[in-house]
Amino acid sequence: MQEATDRAASAAGIDPPYLYPRYRSTALRAPGHPPLILPAGLADRTGPVFGAGSIDPLDQDLTRQNHGEPLGERIIVHGRVIDSTGRPVPAALVEIWQANAAGRYAHAADNHPAPLDPNFTGAGRCLTEADGSYRFVTIKPGAYPWANHDNAWRPAHIHFSVFGRAFLQRLVTQMYFPGDPLFDHDPIFTSIPDPLVRQRLISRFDPATTEPEWALAYRFDIVLNGPAATPFEPEDRTK
Amino acid sequence: MTERAEATTVPGRTPSQTIGPFFGFALPSETGPLVVDAAAPGALWVRGQVLDGAGEPVPDGLVETWQADPSGRYAGSRGLDQDSRSFHGFGRCATDAAGRYAIRTVKPGPVRSLDGVLQAPHIEVLFFARGLLKRLLTRIYFPDEPTANARDPLLTMLDPRARTTLVATPSEDGYRFDIRLQGEHETAFFDV
Repeated sequence: MQEATDRAASAAGIDPPYLYPRYRSTALRAPGHPPLILPAGLADRTGPVFGAGSIDPLDQDLTRQNHGEPLGERIIVHGRVIDSTGRPVPAALVEIWQANAAGRYAHAADNHPAPLDPNFTGAGRCLTEADGSYRFVTIKPGAYPWANHDNAWRPAHIHFSVFGRAFLQRLVTQMYFPGDPLFDHDPIFTSIPDPLVRQRLISRFDPATTEPEWALAYRFDIVLNGPAATPFEPEDRTK
Repeated sequence: MTERAEATTVPGRTPSQTIGPFFGFALPSETGPLVVDAAAPGALWVRGQVLDGAGEPVPDGLVETWQADPSGRYAGSRGLDQDSRSFHGFGRCATDAAGRYAIRTVKPGPVRSLDGVLQAPHIEVLFFARGLLKRLLTRIYFPDEPTANARDPLLTMLDPRARTTLVATPSEDGYRFDIRLQGEHETAFFDV
């Protein structure tokens, strides 16, 4: 179990804890017992593979999914999905969702009194290329208020859901934009214990990918947890 | 390896954030809960309810499942599309207003662990929700596998209380597996 203990220790400081009182919803949802670290032999390395048939090319361009162009600042969001050894993760399903430029989600439960945009749904998906790269065209989301505490506002963010090679590499996170004044006021961002690790969720302005007369670009690389150097396991371990 | 050593080779791992309350228009789909076709031999439903520390339903969560087929094979490397009628092994279902989810699937076969130990048939489960800053990982085991369960390398690591929370109960059309986030009957959760 020493290896498992080491892995647990290295994980400390990267992910937020389950219970983080400043984020009120954790109070009744954080498990009371710490999770048991799986012995390495039980951390399965298989996972679902999504073929190109599950993706529509328009899923990558959130500005072209409706009749007209959405309002707001058009941006390119791109990056690479790699594993903890630095190797690219190809054919990984990346799903994103976000608020519109006014800070309102196309979701029935969002009652923020900001306008919906009939030309913006705010959901996208794509598969990474052979080098682990992905690319979306979208609209820069707005900040929005929430009920966590008095005068609480979320910094502008895009939600990311990523599948690696293994189901256990699965990551759901949020990407932020550089220079946001709301970072230190946001308990979801500050739930990550190490201030340096928080910076990994802030995309970088990318002048090289910015397209003249068209759209600013932001780069967000995603590093998944192991399983480290071992190649993909064959699917048949019945014998 | 420490974070500091890692930083000299590759960028550090990306931290988790909550899925939040607004994923419903992006992640769930009509076919998401359907791991197998209704006509598949052995098709059954795994149904359950997710409850918080006050015993209230969690109406804004996402359950994802991953499993082997009845012969103990994983579909992972076969390159199947999610919408394919073939067995792909992955299920996804948002919880409803009463905190309920349902996955149509088949009972998986036994699979060997990476170190060669035979494991009892089980389904891996990830759960995401507002208020969960990182995912929860658990497993569904089956009540009609007492011999395999008694030898399973993970179940045998757990105390009897925790073990009980991982074994589904029989139901009319399959199995029932509730997820309790807190309390006396808190589900056993895992991490890697």
